[in-house]
Formats: sequence, structure tokens, C-alpha cells
Amino acid sequence: MNLAQFLAGRLAKGIVVLFAIAVLNFFLIRAAPGDPAQVLAGEAGAADEQLLIQLRERFGLDQPLLTQLWVYLKGYLTFDLGFSYRQQQSVLSLILDRLPATLLLTGAAFLVSLGLGVLMGALAARRAGRWQDSVITTLALVFYATPLFWVALMSQIVFSLKLGLVPNVGYESIGANYTGLARALDIASHLVLPALTLGLFFTALYARMMRASMLEVAGADFVKTARAKGLSPGVISRRHVARNAILPVVTLAGLQAGQLVGGAVLTETVFAWPGIGRLMFDALVQRDYSVLLGVFFISSAMVVGFNILTDLVYRLADPRIEAVS
Amino acid sequence: MTGLRFGLALAASVLALGVAQAQEPKKGGTVHVVVQPEPPMLMQGLNQNGPTNMVAGNIYESLLRYNEKLEPQPSLAKSWEISPDAKVYTFKLQEGVTWHDGKPFTADDVVFTLDKFLREVHPRWRPIVNAQVEKIEKVDDLTVKITLKQPFGPMIMTQEVASAPMIPKHIYDGTDYRANPANNTPIGTGPFKLKEWKKGSYIHLVKNENYWLKGRPNLDEIYWQIIPDAAARAVAYETGKVDVLTGGSVDVYDVARLAKLPNTCMTTKGWEMFAPHAWLTPNVRNGILGNKQFRQGLMYAIDREFGREVVWGGLGKLPTGPISSKTKFYSSDVPLYAFDPKKAKELIKASGYKGETIRLLNLPYGETWTRWTEAIKQNLEDVGVKVQVENTDVPGWTQKASNWDFDLNFNFLYQLGDPAMGVARSYITSNIAKGNPFANVGGYSNPEVDKLFAEAAIAPTDSARQELYTKVQKLLADELPVLWLLEMDFPTIYRCNVKNLVTTGVGVDDGFRDAWKE
Repeated sequence: MNLAQFLAGRLAKGIVVLFAIAVLNFFLIRAAPGDPAQVLAGEAGAADEQLLIQLRERFGLDQPLLTQLWVYLKGYLTFDLGFSYRQQQSVLSLILDRLPATLLLTGAAFLVSLGLGVLMGALAARRAGRWQDSVITTLALVFYATPLFWVALMSQIVFSLKLGLVPNVGYESIGANYTGLARALDIASHLVLPALTLGLFFTALYARMMRASMLEVAGADFVKTARAKGLSPGVISRRHVARNAILPVVTLAGLQAGQLVGGAVLTETVFAWPGIGRLMFDALVQRDYSVLLGVFFISSAMVVGFNILTDLVYRLADPRIEAVS
Repeated sequence: MTGLRFGLALAASVLALGVAQAQEPKKGGTVHVVVQPEPPMLMQGLNQNGPTNMVAGNIYESLLRYNEKLEPQPSLAKSWEISPDAKVYTFKLQEGVTWHDGKPFTADDVVFTLDKFLREVHPRWRPIVNAQVEKIEKVDDLTVKITLKQPFGPMIMTQEVASAPMIPKHIYDGTDYRANPANNTPIGTGPFKLKEWKKGSYIHLVKNENYWLKGRPNLDEIYWQIIPDAAARAVAYETGKVDVLTGGSVDVYDVARLAKLPNTCMTTKGWEMFAPHAWLTPNVRNGILGNKQFRQGLMYAIDREFGREVVWGGLGKLPTGPISSKTKFYSSDVPLYAFDPKKAKELIKASGYKGETIRLLNLPYGETWTRWTEAIKQNLEDVGVKVQVENTDVPGWTQKASNWDFDLNFNFLYQLGDPAMGVARSYITSNIAKGNPFANVGGYSNPEVDKLFAEAAIAPTDSARQELYTKVQKLLADELPVLWLLEMDFPTIYRCNVKNLVTTGVGVDDGFRDAWKE
């Protein structure tokens, strides 16, 4: 099978999956109790029958369910993700507004965790059984097991409150009106804690996986051959072991990349990071259907997209995969 | 009602403040405030959500303001006059007031707002204007006359900014109000204007240079920061990112610690208009809950002092009945319920309770409420009542409460300055309406109570109203259509160099007109 055929097949499948997800999301959301009109009326602290009728009419909730589904799907076919009456803005603009902040956060966390995790894992494997290995595996276990919100709060208390090193919440210093480099540095200082917190969990995962995978490959025959040839341990480790051990890590990286959008609800909430995760969470507790469906759709599309990309990377990293796919 | 009631527009309120603080307000400065959750919109005529009011109360204004004793003060109306028969209210407007876009504010705007705009969209003003008001008319550019169908005691309390914000006629007349693009760029007459709203991060208000009250506001800018996590808000205050933590923005157990920080002030004032009252509503349609003795038994069983001391960190006060002691027409001459498990057991036994499980619907507004639910479950189980706690998210709670799908339901309601507006709604038969979580959801109905509330609303004098409200409080405290748990206090925590922050009965919601920073 050549590359073009492979891609076309994957894209076609992806579109079918996305359509199914879109329909499923629509019904799932409506299965939750309460609707946006009730929530808005509830928040107002007073409501009468007329207000609910007015709100339902505005949200289009007075229409039959299938009509609502049709309107929603028709919109998506023309890349119209709908309108949030609650926020008085189109869903697409709401999402695009928040996307850069999320990509910055999850992207930074992705790079940090992948780099650090692979390095730590490789080091631990090379020093298997020695103190470096113990330190790394213990750290990885702790990072893996510690709840994210606790790490988030503790890091705020230690690094912001006690040490005063970096700000604890927000995207940039509000009201400071920095520009250019000063602004970039300001944003970077705000990025440190959330990116590290979010990255820690995946760092631990990568490290554990890389270590296990390296040790497994290290026992393979071709490594023994390399050793017999008299190659230095460093070269064996880098050229023969690490390259072969990286495949499971690619799988994991593909999974994490799929979560780049929408995967950081908790971190964004605790650090008041103005991203997609919070947009989604707020939309959920407010039953803002159109926003919720829009975010779901965009993040599903990302997951599907990154799955295809991961498959491509596989084919590049290990040409044998083409034969079986 | 005898003689003429006069409300005088006095610079005196401003003068009195000046004397009291003995310090000349400093000009300029920026204040950072926490608002939580993020408001859905800032167009106060269309949304009266708590966070909306908190921010938009500085953009919009109404005819009147109310001091901490809930006495009406001039705002956009500089004076007002009530006819001897208490049916005609004449408001004289301030001169030289302009909207943020420069257009003059006139009597036409007032008539449009009260007669058309709010009548169509405002769930609190609509029932009042429809039931009580005969006509609203412009006398001249700066005079508006409201004629009532009958005297209506709370009329003078209806003009608080969240209840009746003035809306610009030139922007909204003839449009679809809810779809008007101007909703994103609110135009009011208030001391601050919206500069920028960075969704998810902050709302930036700047000083209205052309504000009608000369010399106000003192501050240049307010940033309302949106920080979703309560613990992170506390750290943000401690690290100096924000100057003001508004009521309810940090966890109760953090309040005492934060209030002790250096250069930190705390006040529980500024909630007199709302005077939130927390309670449990028994669904009287459901079996044993319809039994008065059983409800009284529950009331004796609940250790309310424990709830106040432990769950709410000592904030608030135990209520005696439906009307908050912070508002007018309160009476303490009612049956009281001290914590008495023995008496509770007797009453519950006498009521014929057979061990059926009572579903207790928790209010999903954070940890404090969950702890309270657990404490009450324990109290009730100690006297032999089986309780099953139900947890939902906010929309789920709203739906269950609105559709009467509970046995006992937590809630807290605002009293809105007058029993006719914020109290009667929870007890009268005509407000048993599905779909509204703040109506009479328990389904209690008593013609005597209906009659007393109805008469009290339109009784001609305050003393006549007091007499009727005293009666109804006594009656309700015996019947217990709801189990009153706490007159809640919402502390505002702020840096002491922010002065004059809470000066009215609605506190921070319209607090920044007179605030200044040392």
C-alpha cells in the first residue's frame, strides 16, 4: 500500500468517526439534567415562567430534538460551530480566542515531559540497579501517583507564596501593559508552574516506559552482537537500544498530543490559565450546549488527526510496520 | 399614611462620609478585585447573576441607592416625592447626566427602561410593574411620574441597580433586546466604563471622565480578575495580585487566616439589601414531611449553632423566622427552636414517622455546603430519621429543585430589601410554580399566610405593615414551611489602603463610586 492510499483511507475513516462523535456528543449532553435556560434563570436568583420560555426560544430549545440535531449538523458541514447565547459570541471565535493559551501551555508541557522523560528513562536504564536508577524510578513513581491538583496548589504555595519566584495565577501580569520581549518574559514566568505541573505526570510516564522498553531491547540478540563487536556502551545505548526502544514512547506521545486541546481542564482551572479546558468546563456546568459541542468537536478532530500522524511517524521510524498495515 | 413623604437629595450623604473619615480621598490608582465565577455578560438589564451585578453595578446606575439601613438615597434621581395617598411617585432626575457614549440621559430613558425594556425581560421587575403600576410617564425631560394601582409599600425599595438598571433608549428601543450587539459593549451612566473584557482572564473598567457626580470616581481603573480556584484566589491575595476578595470568593476556613494578615481589613457589611437566609425546604407534598410535628422535630434535631460555629467559621447569626434581622419588619416574637434532640425524638415519634428514608438534596456550591449537609444528616440520624444525601452539579440541582424532585432541599435566598419582594415568594400559594428553583418549591399553602402577606404588601403605613408581618412571622415559625438555618454573612476581605469600599446596603456591587486608594 502506498502512502497516498494509506492517508486517504485513514482520512475517510477519520471523517466517519468524527461524524459519529458529533451525533453521540449531541445526545450525551442532552442526557445530563438541566438545560442552559434553567441554569441562567437559576443564576439570576429569580425567574418566572415567561423568562424560561424566552430563554428556551432564544437557545432554540423549544424546537423538536431532531430539528435541533439537524441544525447542529448542518452548521458543522459549513464549518459553523454555532452561537453561544450565554456569551453572546460565535463558538468558533470563543474557541479561537482561547486556543493559543492552551496550545502554549500543553505544547510547553509536551516538550518538557517528552524531553525530560526520555532522558530520565534512558539514564535509568543505563544505570539499572544503581543509585541513579533508584532516584529516577522513585521520582517517577511519586510524580505518577501524586494528584495533579495537589501538586498545583503546593507549587503555588512554595514557589509563589513562600519563595516569591513566579506568579501563581493568570496568563500575564494584568494591567502591566508590557510589550515585545518584556511581555514574552512575563508570559513565560506565568507559564512555568502550570507547564511543569501538567508536564510532571507525563514525564513520569515517559520515563517509566522508556526505561522498561530500553531494558527489554537491551536483552535482544542484535545488542549482544553489537557488544560482541566491541562497540562502546554509549554507542550501543544510543544507536542500537534507544532507537528501537522509542516506539512505545511514540505511541504515548501521540496520545498526549491528542490531548493538547482540551486535556488541561484541571491545570487551567487551578492556575487561572485562560484556555480551552476552562472554556469547556464552564460550558459544562452552565450547560452551554453549543460551546461544549464545539470544544468536543475540535478536540476530537485533534485526536483523530494526531492518530493519523502517529501512524505516519511509525512508518517512518520502523519501515516494517508498512507490511502489516 | 399621613402627610407627605419626602426624599431629599442631599449632598449630605457625601458630606457625612467626608466628616466620618476625616481624610481627603486621594485621586487615581488601580484596584484589583476577584470576581467569581466569570459573568455570562455585563448587560445588567438582561442578566442579574451575582457576578454580573458585582461588575456591572459600576457601569449601570438606577434611580436610587440604599444605605446600610436600607434607606433610599439619591442616585440618578436627585429627589423624589410620594403623594399623600401613596399612589404617585415623582422622581426628579439629576441634571447633566450623560451615557458613556455622550448622549444625554433623560426622562425618556427612564420611561423606556421601566415601562418597556425591564417589563419585557426582567424577572424581578416584571411582576411588580404588571401587578402594581398603572402608568409610567414623562412629565418633562427631568421628571418622571409613576402612578400605582394601589399603595405598594416596597415600591421605594424596587430601584436598586440590579433590580432596575437604567437602559439607554437610543440603543435599545425597537431592537431585539437579547440579540442587540451592544450587549457586548454595555453603555451605562455609571462611574466606570468597560474598557476591555479578556474572556477567562479579566474585565478592565476605567474611570468615566464625564461622570455626573463631580469629583467621582476617585480611582482610575478597576481590574476584575477571574481566578476559578478558591485556594489560588487566596494565594493571589497573599502575593499581592489582587486587593479585594469579594464575599464568598475564598473558602470559609480560609477567612479567619486571611483576615489576620498584615494590612488586611474584613467587613461583613454591604449585604443588608440581600440579607441571604439559608434554609432547608421540606417538600410538604411528600408523606411525613407534610406533618407539622415532624417538621418541628427536625428543627429541634438540627444543631444550628454547630453549623454556624464549625461549618461557617462563626460567621452569621441564627435566624428566628422568615424575615432577616438585618431588614425592616423583623420580629423576634416567635416560637423558638433550641437544639433539643430529646424533644425532637418525642415530636418525630408523635408525628407517626415510620422510618421512611428522607432524600436530602445537597447544594452544589462547594465544600462548605457539603460539610453542612453531612452535619445535618448526622443530626437527623441521631434522632432516628433515615437520611439519604443526593449530590448533583448545579444544573442538576436547579432541575431537581424546580421540579420538586426532593424531600429536603438546601437553598439560600436574598431578601431584596423588603419582605414583599424577597420573603413572601417562598411561602405564598400563588408562587407554587414548576420550573423556578426560587419559587415556593416546598408546596406549602396556607390561606391565612397568603392573606397576611398580601395585605402587608399594600398596607398604607409601616406600622400597619409591621403588625401584619409580625403576625405572619409568628405563624410561619410555628408551621415551619422551611427550616431556617442561618442568616448568612459574606465577608469582604481587602487591603486596608482601599478606603470607602463598602458604603451602601449592596456593598461592593456599587462600591467603587466612592472608593479610593491610599
